[in-house]
Amino acid sequence: MTVTTQTRRAVALISGGLDSLLAARLMLDQGIHVEGLNFYTGFCVEGHTHAIRERRRTKPQRNNALWVAEQLGIRLHLVEVVEEYKTIVINPKHGYGAHLNPCLDCKGFMVGKARAWMEAHGFDFIVTGEVIGQRPNSQRRDALPVVARESGALDRLLRPLCAKLLAPTLPEREGWVDRERLLALNGRNRKPQIALAESYGFRDYAQPAGGCCFLTDANYSSRLSDLWATRGEKQYDLDDIMLLKVGRHLRPRPNFKLIVGREEGENRYLSGYRRQFVHMEATSHHGPLALIDGDAADDDIELAARLTARFGQGRNADKVTIQVTDPQRGTRQIEVTPIPADEIPLNWYL
Amino acid sequence: MGCYSLDVRNLLCPMPVIRTQNRIVELNAGDILEVRCTDPGALQDIPAWCRINGHEVLRNDIENGEVVVIVRVGSAESAR
Ligand code: SF4
Repeated sequence: MTVTTQTRRAVALISGGLDSLLAARLMLDQGIHVEGLNFYTGFCVEGHTHAIRERRRTKPQRNNALWVAEQLGIRLHLVEVVEEYKTIVINPKHGYGAHLNPCLDCKGFMVGKARAWMEAHGFDFIVTGEVIGQRPNSQRRDALPVVARESGALDRLLRPLCAKLLAPTLPEREGWVDRERLLALNGRNRKPQIALAESYGFRDYAQPAGGCCFLTDANYSSRLSDLWATRGEKQYDLDDIMLLKVGRHLRPRPNFKLIVGREEGENRYLSGYRRQFVHMEATSHHGPLALIDGDAADDDIELAARLTARFGQGRNADKVTIQVTDPQRGTRQIEVTPIPADEIPLNWYL
Repeated sequence: MGCYSLDVRNLLCPMPVIRTQNRIVELNAGDILEVRCTDPGALQDIPAWCRINGHEVLRNDIENGEVVVIVRVGSAESAR
């Protein structure tokens, strides 16, 4: 008689960080077939900052989720969820974390998408790199069951890094995975993960950071709050949230905001929006490209031009010529005196 | 076997690789897909995605400031 054991299949959420790398690796060690899912919400730190910020080009450009998949030798499926994710950011049932990060809702959403993928592809369970108590909100002990329940994954959701501290899940009870070979990590100390990575020979992984997306960033969140407040509604599109990552943002008056490139990479990125925004740059001196977001009257344009001159090489000149282009009304040149640094109130900076 | 093209210029990573993936899953093994993009990150990301998922990269370079990646789609199993 031949006994055939079915290879069980798990779909792993791969963020590009160390924890999900290790969680997936623990499953591979147990002979599980693993494929990865990575979600693109528009707020991800991965990817675009490379293109936007010139100075980062000295570093190797890589997508960490793809890098992780390659280290593990697993397939990775990239899923764009920009539209669906809006409801999570705009109206999170469980509220926000320290900034505009809706981590608990976000986890439930992503695990829910993984559950649907698992069902559609005939996989058996879901794996995440969550660790109890590692993050203040979404990885509290009492938050983990919420994710399992609201995602519909229930006991098909396995967290290999802390499974021994939780009730046995279906894959453990059925013997698909050996619970004894799972871990009992707890809290914010990352030394065990770093040691485990070392033992596997994983080097050069993405450094553990505060969060996987811009929504955990105080500065970014305040720009997003400003966007919602000035529009009078909590809405956004992909261009809005991409632009919040780029340049200096100054709001001198309630009716408009100025986005000023800080370096060549950002100027190039902003130049992709020239057809959508009134924009300006100095012609008499080297200087940044600036976009005007909002309805700016003539005196607003002059103030914006003085600010744009301030951030270019003509900052100490008596006069700087600024070329202003309105996509509807054409181009004109104005001469302005750069605004002195001490006349820019700090609260103009978003 | 067919030859197809995909224009993902002006999209920032990871969108070029996501669009490439979504196009490839619609194609058949042996089909050729030429992808054009402007984000230099795609030079690394699209080949990495292809290696992981079993597709062959025939060309991957910059032409007139644009990234050009040409992919031969792998077997149905690898393109799943
Ligand atoms: S940091 Fe961002 S991506 Fe990560 S769980 Fe929180 S909201 Fe989601």
